[in-house]
Amino acid sequence: MIDERTARRLARRHAAERRFKLYGMASVAVALAFLVALLVTIVGKGYTAFAQTEIAVEVSFDAGAVKEGDFAGLVKSALAARFPEVTARNEKRELFGLISSGADRVLRDMVRDDPGLIGQRRVVTLLASDDVDMVVKGHVTAESGRLNARQAEWLASLRQAGAVSLGFNTTFFTAGDSREPELAGVGGAVVGSLLAMVVTLCLAFPLGVATAVYLEEFAPKNRWTELIEVNINNLAAVPSIVFGLLGLALFLNFLNMPRSAPLVGGLVLTLMSLPVIIIASRAALKAVPPSIREAARGLGASRLQVVTHHVLPLAMPGILTGTIIATAHAIGETAPLLMIGMVAFIVDIPAGFLDPATVLPVQVYLWADSPERAFVERTSAAIMILLAFLAVMNLLAIVLRKKFERRW
Amino acid sequence: MQLLALVATLLLLSAVGFHLGRRRAAARSAAADRRPHSLPVYYGSYVALWSGLPALLVLLGWLAFEPVVVRSLVVDSLPPAARELPPERLGLLMNDVRNLAAGVVTSRDVDPDMAAAAETYLRLKRLGAVAVAVLSLAAAIGGLGLALRRVRPDLRARNAVEKLVERLLIGASTIAVFTTVGIVLSLLFESIRFFNAVPIHEFLFGLEWSPQTAIRSDQVGSSGAFGAVPLFAGTFLISLIAMAVAMPVGLFAAIYMAEYAPRRLRAIIKPLLEVLAGIPTVVYGFFAALTVAPFLRDAGTILGLSVSSESALAAGVVMGIMIIPYVSSIADDVITAVPRSLREASLGLGATRSETIRQVVVPAALPGIVGGLLLAVSRAIGETMIVVMAAGMAANLTANPFETVTTVTVQIVTLLVGDQEFDSPKTLAAFALGLVLFLVTLALNVAALQVVKRFREQYD
Repeated sequence: MIDERTARRLARRHAAERRFKLYGMASVAVALAFLVALLVTIVGKGYTAFAQTEIAVEVSFDAGAVKEGDFAGLVKSALAARFPEVTARNEKRELFGLISSGADRVLRDMVRDDPGLIGQRRVVTLLASDDVDMVVKGHVTAESGRLNARQAEWLASLRQAGAVSLGFNTTFFTAGDSREPELAGVGGAVVGSLLAMVVTLCLAFPLGVATAVYLEEFAPKNRWTELIEVNINNLAAVPSIVFGLLGLALFLNFLNMPRSAPLVGGLVLTLMSLPVIIIASRAALKAVPPSIREAARGLGASRLQVVTHHVLPLAMPGILTGTIIATAHAIGETAPLLMIGMVAFIVDIPAGFLDPATVLPVQVYLWADSPERAFVERTSAAIMILLAFLAVMNLLAIVLRKKFERRW
Repeated sequence: MQLLALVATLLLLSAVGFHLGRRRAAARSAAADRRPHSLPVYYGSYVALWSGLPALLVLLGWLAFEPVVVRSLVVDSLPPAARELPPERLGLLMNDVRNLAAGVVTSRDVDPDMAAAAETYLRLKRLGAVAVAVLSLAAAIGGLGLALRRVRPDLRARNAVEKLVERLLIGASTIAVFTTVGIVLSLLFESIRFFNAVPIHEFLFGLEWSPQTAIRSDQVGSSGAFGAVPLFAGTFLISLIAMAVAMPVGLFAAIYMAEYAPRRLRAIIKPLLEVLAGIPTVVYGFFAALTVAPFLRDAGTILGLSVSSESALAAGVVMGIMIIPYVSSIADDVITAVPRSLREASLGLGATRSETIRQVVVPAALPGIVGGLLLAVSRAIGETMIVVMAAGMAANLTANPFETVTTVTVQIVTLLVGDQEFDSPKTLAAFALGLVLFLVTLALNVAALQVVKRFREQYD
């Protein structure tokens, strides 16, 4: 029988135990809640960017205007014909503001593909401007948005006539950057990211594996190799922006390489991810049991043959996993690329390693700074693409590890 | 893209060398009726390496020194008046010459001297391209021929190839050292130039930061003040907030995962927490600026507090979330590394699990945990995108988390993004800040690694 005082104390101690466990669960819950909140916010804000408002109007392909290449004029006269009551100059300008300033390109392409259109009338769906887009998608009400009362009225009448529709936003995937949200896309940034990634992979993978093989299999234990080891461990923890400063001073100012080039971006990311790849590769090499090496040595293989014929193939899944994870991290990196001028406003899609380019995370940064409401959803959508890309890479790494993992 | 073609040709030559070397080794040993010393592959590799490496060295040497050589030759061709300009002015002039040669608009009117210089520049560039192509191809073919002549059955091709490969491996492993040297040198050189303009004590202890220096002498105001204390204070404040979030959450999460969670739950939670570390920081920045900051501002208004929309709190909290997995995974590792016997002894004496954790496990794991926390602090100090997007630019010297502060990394980005004049103290200040950042994080990392290492030794 325990006396009452002990029982009370025991109850208190057990309550403390439950509280302590609860703190632990609460911490995990808080961390996961943040993760969920982050993802829900991004997806909730971004999914609408994959659709785009279009307005159907009847365009008459006037031969004279087509000849002069004045396709913007065609758009304007089509709108004017749709709303004949609008005559005042400033009202007309407001009316034309409903349609994107890039809408004329559609007409130009149509005429180029089918010259027989000239002189005819067709109903064409034209890209709406971002202000209209925001209202149609319900991100802002017609009153709180940037449309004025007249524009809202016209939009309402168009919607009543069933001329306004939402279509899949292909521009977002194919186009480069633009000042007009409805014409901006991540195409250029994705290509830039891929180019930089190719440079990083081509340099960091062989160099990283070579370093790891040397340190793990060949290096004598002396001051010099110890220095290299300490160095690599410290480099892995240097803030990424310092690598950007290195890139600026070394590649741009000393070697006079072009600014904003994916080549330079790739080089900076290489230097940044090299230590991580080396550390991962060394761990993978270390996991190969010494008995394999000894057996091969015993059969007369040279040291290099032991490595290339036996150790490296066995360690390759681990090395690849580490490389993929390091590369995925490098793709999401922004700060060092700001230093080497990849923040420029670039409309064209880069075609080579020396063309000015931007990358996906920098594009996110640039759009996040833009004041237009429509860029918020586009930023979120760009983030979704970035995250999807990273998720695929990490899944690949996990699958690789699961499939080829060996327990010795 | 001529460069790519050249590299492709060189690679092709190496491949041809590989093939020829192998064939020749087979043919010669058949003719001499004796077994070759090495496997055929090694004779092939021997020839391929001899043809590829010298050519590659020529190419790399050209890539490294071409700009310098061309520049000095063009400068020599300039009229004496231009040659005597101070270095910065000369740099600008050379920039214009380059732009003129590339057909881009220049910042000044084109005079005949400049046109001539641009002409020289273009001529030298073309000459250099032709010369390097000829030289590297000659090196490749020469190396190939020489190596091929040496291929005989008694050539120890394997030993030669292996020795060379080992040298290459050593070369690769020095890149890490060169990276560090490069970082230190580039930061140091630019910082020294900065400290020539702004005394070092003014930079380290000055209380006012406004890097807008006058570009023209008649510009009003801004003489530029480079006292970095507000930046250090801001960085410290935001890191402190981040650690105040990350430390309890990360530690308790680690304790829960290591001591309480069933194995299956742990297998789900751990990777999910690590997702937090895999999300790019620019995404956190966007989240902080768009969601967390307005939320905190509105919450502050309801409570009657005035919270700036670029408050240190928003940036710090979001940064803390980002750091949680760094804290939790290291703490998890060290807690699991504490030997079972310690726990069992404590439980056997009648302590509850939480008492065991608080009084036995955590004290035993403390060095490792402290090391992990130090690493997390160094992450927080060096973190850039979250603060660039969510914290402000204004260099306030304040300890109020509801106000706007700025950090070292934010200022590096603002000073270097956009138009810059490379030699102004404004630009150089970024390198001085970078140097401080590098030194502080380096010290933290070294300390953390030492602590963790000592802890590992204790229980291994």
